[in-house]
Amino acid sequence: MAQHVHAQQSATTLEHPVIGPGQDYESITEAVSEIPLGKRYPFGWIIGLLIGLAGLGALQLAIGYLLLKGIYIWGNNVPVGWAFDIINFVWWIGIGHAGTLISAILMLFKQQWRMSIARFAEAMTIFAVACAAMFPLLHTGRPWLAAYWLFPYPNTMGLWPQFRSPLIWDVFAVSTYATVSVVFWIVGLIPDLATMRDRATSNVKRMVFGTLALGWRGSARHWHRYEVASLILAGLSTPLVLSVHSVVSFDFAVSVIPGWHATIFPPYFVAGAIYSGFGMVLTLAIPIRAYYKLEHLITMKHIDNMAKVMLATGLIVAYGYAMEAFFGWYSANQYERFMLWNRMTGPYAWSYWLLIFINAVLIHVLWFKSVRYNLKYMFVLSLIVNLAMWLERFVIIVTSLHRDFVVSSWDMYSPTAWDFMMFGGTMGLFITLFFLFMKFVPMISIFEVRTLLPEAKVHVPHGHDTHGSGH
Amino acid sequence: MHVSKDKTGLYGLMAEFDSAQSIVDASIKAVDAGYSKLEAYTPFPIEELNDIIHKKRTNLPKLVLFMAFCGMMTGFTLQYWASVIEYPMNIGGRPPATWPAFIIPSYELTILFSALTAAIGMIALNGLPQPYHPVFNVDRFSLASSDKFFLVIEAEDAHFAKEQTSSFLQGLGAKGVYDVAE
Repeated sequence: MAQHVHAQQSATTLEHPVIGPGQDYESITEAVSEIPLGKRYPFGWIIGLLIGLAGLGALQLAIGYLLLKGIYIWGNNVPVGWAFDIINFVWWIGIGHAGTLISAILMLFKQQWRMSIARFAEAMTIFAVACAAMFPLLHTGRPWLAAYWLFPYPNTMGLWPQFRSPLIWDVFAVSTYATVSVVFWIVGLIPDLATMRDRATSNVKRMVFGTLALGWRGSARHWHRYEVASLILAGLSTPLVLSVHSVVSFDFAVSVIPGWHATIFPPYFVAGAIYSGFGMVLTLAIPIRAYYKLEHLITMKHIDNMAKVMLATGLIVAYGYAMEAFFGWYSANQYERFMLWNRMTGPYAWSYWLLIFINAVLIHVLWFKSVRYNLKYMFVLSLIVNLAMWLERFVIIVTSLHRDFVVSSWDMYSPTAWDFMMFGGTMGLFITLFFLFMKFVPMISIFEVRTLLPEAKVHVPHGHDTHGSGH
Repeated sequence: MHVSKDKTGLYGLMAEFDSAQSIVDASIKAVDAGYSKLEAYTPFPIEELNDIIHKKRTNLPKLVLFMAFCGMMTGFTLQYWASVIEYPMNIGGRPPATWPAFIIPSYELTILFSALTAAIGMIALNGLPQPYHPVFNVDRFSLASSDKFFLVIEAEDAHFAKEQTSSFLQGLGAKGVYDVAE
């Protein structure tokens, strides 16, 4: 027994392990699989789903009216031609970055703590990208025509997209990202779907999970190809996740608008995306682990690590703000200098200073362990971070556009009720998808968490492991 | 060396183990005993088992590399053809073959092609989807996706003889040995 405890301690971290004590293969499997296999539909889950569905209804209404009337129902006007639609697009895409970061980059770095949060962070990514994609598509006003504006396919008009435009790069980047994220997620699910198939008691569930599991048997050959494929997917997703938000930032950086035309944009956008993504993972993880009693799988160590990633990326973002201000001043360009002055003292100064307060001042509370280990503080902070990252895109987009080169074209921007309805509606879509995911899909990667147990480590005597050195 | 076999309707024999280390030890002994048509089934990846039993690594990475190259060429030629040959547009006097601008879509298609190859290739090389396999005939095998470990020696194996193989598997410390119907 003493040996067992010792082994468990050395296999994980001493004080705060990535998996709770006293777990075995069966207890892990049971804790995760009972949620999709159980017949219970908890009251809290039903309420959450209803809230999501209400939002989804509002989204349908907002889209229906938009298609009927056109985009003039939004608050977009002549200097501020890009507003809520691009703010919300960038916000959602940014949130989507944490999922791939956790499942790909942390996999390459052999960070074991990623295993129990990867599955639902990836689901979050997919749903966030789905929400994001709606905004540029609907901003075209006629999304049914967007096919030939966006995708290169031979059409009867003989038209081809402009491949020199960052907007087309964005289409390629976001659609590749969405596809690869879905593929990665599905590949990760296959062994767990086999577990669901083998544990299901009702025929319908056995049939559905059995079909989706594709006949997975978990043979040594299966697992070998599976591990190789996962590693390749992680290797491919790593440059992909860094490129997506870089390309999104090109939408701005390649233009000549003061406040957008900056070389710092790609790294600064990527850091901001990871920062907001981890904010959203915390917003989701803290209530889920409490509600479904998964504290032994998503431990305080996970919360602590995510807080540290947020602190690091938050500081990069704050450095980005500082450099943006420095470049604006150092450029000695009157438009750049005016843009900065307008951001700091103009009519939208409140949004700039609130942003600076959260991302450059408040974020420093994460240096304190007492904050990182306090779930209430972390939950509230994760919501504040999401708000701040929304404000960041508002500041970048609205304050750069509303007072441009010619004074006579200056105008103020204010969103309409339809803007808010559309934004709230995408949250409804996100909540709906996420609640369905929580109930019907194993939300923690069971087979990966099994490998965290000390008894999952094997020892091969010398002379037998002919090919497998370094495993 | 052909020993008498009674393998009518028999796919093989399945031994159940209850720890990762015991199935690794059992696989080593089975391979040392000369068995070659065998397979281990585990609830989580144990990379060492493939090296012990199959001694062969997959060709998937080469396939992915090849498809990555195809994706890059597809992306680049598509853009070159559309922007230079089929639909050249003069934008501010820039040349039609602005290759630096074509890098990003080419890069994205490289990743798209290779990711799809990695996923679909893994599934196809594993022979999935495969709704039927003899191992599913054993009731206990449903635990292979939860917490039990199984070693199957196929009846096709040259060394297979039902009685001897069964007692061999028992001798490896199996918690149970079951017939696998074909």
